[in-house]
Amino acid sequence: MTDMIGIQPRTEGDSTGEDFSASIMSIEIGPAHPAMHGIVRFTTHLDGELIVGMDPEIGYLHRGFEKESENSKWIQVIPYTDRLNYVSPLLNNIGYSMAVEKLYGIEAPRRAEFTRVIMGEISRITDHLTCLGAVAMEIGAFTFFLWFIKAREYLWELVEEMTGARLTTNWTRFGGNANDLPDGFLSDLADRLAKLKDVMSECDKLLTRNKIFIDRVKDVGSFSKEDALSFGFTGPLLRACGIPYDVRRADPYSVYDELDFEIPVGSVGDCFDRYLVRMEEIRQSILIIEQAADKMPDGPYMTDERMMHYPDKKDVYGNIEGLIDHFKLVMEGHQPPAGEIYMPIEGGNGELGFYLVSDGGGDPVRVRLRPPCFNLVAAMPAMTVGHYVADIVPIFGSVNMIGGELDR
Amino acid sequence: MDEEISTKESEVSREAGELTVLLQQEFPDAVTGFHAHRGDETVVIERDALEPVCRFLRDDSRCSFEIMMDLTAVDLLEMNETPRFEMVYHFKSLTHAHRLRIKVRLAEDDCNITSIHHLWKAVDWYERECFDMFGIHFEGHPDLRRILMYDEFEGHPLRKDYPIDKQQPLLELKEVEERHIYGRHA
Repeated sequence: MTDMIGIQPRTEGDSTGEDFSASIMSIEIGPAHPAMHGIVRFTTHLDGELIVGMDPEIGYLHRGFEKESENSKWIQVIPYTDRLNYVSPLLNNIGYSMAVEKLYGIEAPRRAEFTRVIMGEISRITDHLTCLGAVAMEIGAFTFFLWFIKAREYLWELVEEMTGARLTTNWTRFGGNANDLPDGFLSDLADRLAKLKDVMSECDKLLTRNKIFIDRVKDVGSFSKEDALSFGFTGPLLRACGIPYDVRRADPYSVYDELDFEIPVGSVGDCFDRYLVRMEEIRQSILIIEQAADKMPDGPYMTDERMMHYPDKKDVYGNIEGLIDHFKLVMEGHQPPAGEIYMPIEGGNGELGFYLVSDGGGDPVRVRLRPPCFNLVAAMPAMTVGHYVADIVPIFGSVNMIGGELDR
Repeated sequence: MDEEISTKESEVSREAGELTVLLQQEFPDAVTGFHAHRGDETVVIERDALEPVCRFLRDDSRCSFEIMMDLTAVDLLEMNETPRFEMVYHFKSLTHAHRLRIKVRLAEDDCNITSIHHLWKAVDWYERECFDMFGIHFEGHPDLRRILMYDEFEGHPLRKDYPIDKQQPLLELKEVEERHIYGRHA
């Protein structure tokens, strides 16, 4: 599409001699528009219905995540990460905790890692369900949206069962999780996954070969591999272009190297490929969850390293080490060794990377989040120029912009 | 306690990795330091060498860094280090499945660095964000505007000397003429 950026406006006048078509019309889409996911403004320059230029304006949801984190204790950042990607908050929790664990050079126990995999994949599914449901709804398939949101509800009930909250999960800790699997969680999980599979097969029949849907998404927003790499695409959009890059395989973290799953790829990177990739990723995530649930080992859900978590109450009241650890954790907080690390995980939209700098003290020097959809929104002009106004809706929908992580 | 700290510091490896050695061979004058912490290979280079080093990293078949993963800065004001700013570039190669971090030191009174927007398209917005948050000027960037903050914002919020509770002045409504004329591109 990039070769179409140089399109010149038509300059011929109409029959009255008055030149109506000579000027390019600028239309503001957003910041608050029904087809905008979150708050973002596009200044589009149109020649008739054809988009000849676009300037995205972001930042409406800037909360100062990085500044706030640098003025907090390390552990106090975890609740802020819930609010980054608000359709898959657990992945942000996991990403940040794993980054701090890398800074410490410790690992969570295996049971904690398997639980994280299950919860992380549940979050990935809810992320994809939300994105696909919204795309389908915006181009007219309202039933699909309702069924997917219903399926998302099954999973969010699981998240609630595990963490006590649907959105503000605040669930991981450095070196483990806040709690172990609740009683009966794995049987509930199997039950919900069966329901999800039913929804998936029904919705697949409803949309994947639906001509009205395909006409709106096929060959819309196609993107070349070279451009996708240059723009720093990751996640489903890069895979839709045909590049099988997935952090879970490329830089295996947690226990993903013990699990068997495939990475779906598309060919031309249009909105239909993105739809198919996301649908297949949901199925693969279901497989991952089932394997992780089968392999769930026994053991602790929290590391036994000192100074990583509050000591047991009997130690606080019973011996001096416990009392000192408790006091230092409350007064000074966690103190990861000095150094800097970059820890990427596969988020719902792509590589979710945390770059942390520590000086060995209780406050982070730098907490930097690499938001996956920042690059995707940056490429919106390149994706839409040469298309028509109505194509903005499926293209932007498939980008799955999440204001929380985009603007931080 | 002192002993504990010293063992912690020694976790930062001073051994030169493969890419570090390669960069040292190709740019002997530019590489001023290197380290690896938890396997993250880091090379510190001179400011003037940034553009040729990045071009080499992208184009050389031994590096092949197709993705410019992240670009940010760190303000070292509270660590009492000079120069004050550190530019941090993260690269990812899919061909060789390796990552590299490049760092450039910038002094407070001379926050200028060459823009590398022509090498990766992702850099355009990253540099705008870095300018917005840290006030670092990227020479040669075609459109260095604020991106997360609004144009009238005073200061650069991620600098350590920007107080977290600082209030910004209220903006007056702009005159109609100055606003974007709705419907017609001026």
